[in-house]
Amino acid sequence: MSEPIAVPQPDQSRFDFALRLADNCLVLGQRLAEWCGRGPELEEDMALTNIALDLIGQAQLWFEYASELDAQQRSADALAFFRDQNEFRNVLLVEQPNHDFGYTITRQFYFDSFHYLLLNELVASTDQRVRGISEMAFKEVAYHLRHSTAWVCRLGDGTAESHRRIQQAISDLWCYTGELFAPDTVDAEMFRDRVAPDLSRLQIIWLHQVNSIFKQATLQLPESIWMQTGGKQGAHGESMGYLVGEMQFLRRIYPDAQW
Amino acid sequence: MTEWPLWEIFIRSQNGLAHKHVGSLHAADPKMAIENARDVYARRNEGISIWVVRSADLYASDPEDKGTLFDPAKNKVYRHPTFYHVPPETKHL
Repeated sequence: MSEPIAVPQPDQSRFDFALRLADNCLVLGQRLAEWCGRGPELEEDMALTNIALDLIGQAQLWFEYASELDAQQRSADALAFFRDQNEFRNVLLVEQPNHDFGYTITRQFYFDSFHYLLLNELVASTDQRVRGISEMAFKEVAYHLRHSTAWVCRLGDGTAESHRRIQQAISDLWCYTGELFAPDTVDAEMFRDRVAPDLSRLQIIWLHQVNSIFKQATLQLPESIWMQTGGKQGAHGESMGYLVGEMQFLRRIYPDAQW
Repeated sequence: MTEWPLWEIFIRSQNGLAHKHVGSLHAADPKMAIENARDVYARRNEGISIWVVRSADLYASDPEDKGTLFDPAKNKVYRHPTFYHVPPETKHL
């Protein structure tokens, strides 16, 4: 008896899932790349842009997978450079402007803590492609988290000025952390098929870990407040348009450009 | 802004036995120095181990002492193992 041959069906949810991971990495990578040549020290400039390159590399892998699943059969490049702002599926946190070093580090710390926990589960995904990409990305993200954690501690437990500024960033960016764990139908479907973990379970671990680092760094966890959502569905803030414009302009002016 | 202290960076390469000096960089503490060294000097898979030493903790020989320190060794050829016959069947020496 032979098994019936499974005909691959265009899977909209899995496409959306891969696209969200790709967009998170691409947009955060683009934000970090804005530090290129402007880092507080040459060495930190290198560290931030190395992380940016890691993220853009990961974005490329997720885009390639999304491209395979895309009903419209767009290429990885087309997904990155020829979609408009409202078609991006990244969380709001990663598009927030750099503002100052404290904001950049806080944004990174919130995201890295989430990214680390997520990839740690995705390496056991039922989806082989997701597993493969996550295994590669996990080691890089473990380093990202180490870097941002060290800086949260240094700035929090540093001078009065560094403490004040990172505490401000922690409070201001807090309203974007809820979306990381707010499941919608795509997340529910991915959890049902054991492609991805249950986000609400991750949130408990995340909160515990973030809080324990804040304690070490003499920083306060913000009060619970209204959480912003919408990024995963394509509703972005006003700074996102500038980011997308800068990122895409070259490709849009020279659509056939080749290396 | 006060400048971070300078550190000397030593990296042991994939198949090297000893750590080799590769350059220097700024960092606030040893942990940061190791992370910065990883980003500045080991981005292309250069190493498997990193040592960092505060530049201030290094004592170096004075270039002006070069003659006194090193010249006397120059005319002592018998200190070099060049007077042995290597048997032809010895390989990989």
